[in-house]
Amino acid sequence: MSAIFKKELRSYFTSPLGYIVLAVVFLFAGWSFFAYNMSYGAVSLSYVYNSLYTVVMLLVLPVLTMRLFSDEKRQKTDQALFTAPTSLTALVVGKFLAALLLFAMSMAITLVFAIIIATKTTPEWLVIFGNYFGIILLGGMVIAIGLLISCLTESQFIAAIGTFAISFLLILLDQVGGVFQGVEWLNKVLAFLSVNTRYTNFTSGLIRYDNIIFFLSMQALFLFLAVRVLDRKRWK
Amino acid sequence: MIEVNNLTKNYGAHCAVDHISFHVNEGEILGFLGPNGAGKSTTMNILTGYLSSSDGSVKISGYDILEDPNAAKANIGYLPELPPLYLDMTVREYLNFMYNLKKCTLPRAQHIKEICQIMKIENVYGRLIKNLSKGYRQRVGMAQALIGNPPVLVLDEPTVGLDPSQIIEIRSLIKALGKRHTIILSSHILPEVEAVCDRLVIISGGKIVADDTTENLIREYSSDRRLMVRVAGPAFEVEKLINGIDGVKTVTAITSREAGTTDFAIELNAGADIRYDLFKRLSDRGFALLSSHSMERSLEDIFMSLTSENFASKKGGKAK
Repeated sequence: MSAIFKKELRSYFTSPLGYIVLAVVFLFAGWSFFAYNMSYGAVSLSYVYNSLYTVVMLLVLPVLTMRLFSDEKRQKTDQALFTAPTSLTALVVGKFLAALLLFAMSMAITLVFAIIIATKTTPEWLVIFGNYFGIILLGGMVIAIGLLISCLTESQFIAAIGTFAISFLLILLDQVGGVFQGVEWLNKVLAFLSVNTRYTNFTSGLIRYDNIIFFLSMQALFLFLAVRVLDRKRWK
Repeated sequence: MIEVNNLTKNYGAHCAVDHISFHVNEGEILGFLGPNGAGKSTTMNILTGYLSSSDGSVKISGYDILEDPNAAKANIGYLPELPPLYLDMTVREYLNFMYNLKKCTLPRAQHIKEICQIMKIENVYGRLIKNLSKGYRQRVGMAQALIGNPPVLVLDEPTVGLDPSQIIEIRSLIKALGKRHTIILSSHILPEVEAVCDRLVIISGGKIVADDTTENLIREYSSDRRLMVRVAGPAFEVEKLINGIDGVKTVTAITSREAGTTDFAIELNAGADIRYDLFKRLSDRGFALLSSHSMERSLEDIFMSLTSENFASKKGGKAK
C-alpha cells in the first residue's frame, strides 16, 4: 500500500496536476481571505470556507481523482499493478489516501490564515477545526466516488465529467426535497443523504458522531465498490 | 514449476482459451506459439493473475493463482505485450517503485544495479522513460519483470517491434536468463522460438495442437517427406518406373520446364530414402536424372499446417 501511495503522491507533483490544484485552491482561498478578513477585519473564516466549497466540489475533487485508475488502464500499467503481490484493496486504499492527502494539503492553507488571525486576536478554533475536518470528510467521500468512476472508464475526461456531475447532484440534493414537499418518505431519504446539512453542521463547529460515521462509511462503501469493479473486470 | 490444468476462458459467448493443460518444468524455456488471436496473451494474463479463468486451475511453484494469489504472484515476473511503463518516471524511479510494489526484500541498491547491468540500461538510468527508444523501453520492461528475482518469468512477445540486432540481443539474454529462471515465452516468430526454447506448445483457436520438444516436432511432422526430381525421358514410362520403387507413396508429374524432361513430385513413406535406388534404375534405362531435391518440412510449415488444420476443422464443425 505504501508503494502505490508514494507513487501516486509523487505523480501529482511530477505532472502539473498537483501544482495546479494547489494553486487554484490557494488563489480562491487567498482572495476570499483578503477580501473578507483582511479588508473588513472579520475574525471568522467561514466566508473563506463557504467560497471554497463550490470550487472544491466542482473543480478540485473531479480533477484530483480523474486519472487515478483510468490512466493506469489506458497506459496498460494496470498490468504491473494487478500482477504484483499486492491486493486490490491495498491499491485502491493507497491511491485514495494519496488523493486525500493532496486535498488536505491544499485545504491546509486555511490553517495558515487561522494562524495569521491568531497573531491579532483569538480565532474560533473549534469552528475552524470543524470546517477543516468537515471539508476533509466530505472531500474524502467525493474522492472515493471519483476513484470509483475512474475505475469504470479509460478516459480521464469522462471520469472528471462523471465526478463533476455527481458532485453537482450532491449539492442540488437539498433542492430536490423542496420540490417534492408532499412526499414524506422521499424527504426523509434525502435528509439522510444530504451531505450539505451534515457538512454545515461541521462548519458551525458542531462535531457530531453520526455525521462523522456517515462520511466515513460512505468512503468505505465507494472504495469497496471500486475494489469490486476492478475485480469484476478480471472475471468478464 | 508451472502447472496449467483444463484452463478455460470465455469472453461472453466467445471461448478464447478452451480447456488447455500443460506443465513447465523447472529451468525450462517454453515457447508458447500461435497465430494472432489464438489465445496466447489471454493465457499469459491468466497465468499471471491479471485475468481470472472461467474454469480450470493454474499453479505457480505450487501456489494456486486464485486461492493464494499473492504467493503465486510473488513467484512470477511478467512482461506483458506492452511493457507497463510509467512514461513520466525516470528508469530509477520506475524500478524503485516496482521494487516497493513487489515487496522485494533483497538489498535494494545492489539488486537494482545488478538488474540494470544484466539488461544494459545503466546508461539510461536517470532518464525519463518517455524519452527512451522502443528497444530501451522493452529492456526496462524486462528489468521490471526481473525485480525480486522471481523463479518464473512470463514474457509476452518480448521482441516485438525491435530491430534485428536488438532481437538477437534480447534472445541471447533470454537464453542466459533460462539458466536461473523457468521461462514461458510467447511469440509468433518461429526462428526465434526455435533458437531459444527447449520445448514448444502450439496453440490455435484456444486449443493446444502440439506440445513437444522442437526436434521431436520437426522429426514427427517431417516424416512425410517429398522429393522433387527432374528426369529426361518419356513421362509415362518414368512415372511407372518410379512407382515401382520401394518406399514411394505417390508420384505426380507436375510440369515440363525443359523440352523432353518432366518434373515429378514423389511422396515418400516414413523414413524411406530412395535416392540411390532412383538414380540406379533411371540410369539403367538410360534416363537422365537432372535434378533432385528433398523438401523437408521446416518448423514454419509444421506450424502452418497445425494451426490451419485446426482452423479448418473448427470451421467445418461450425458449418454442421
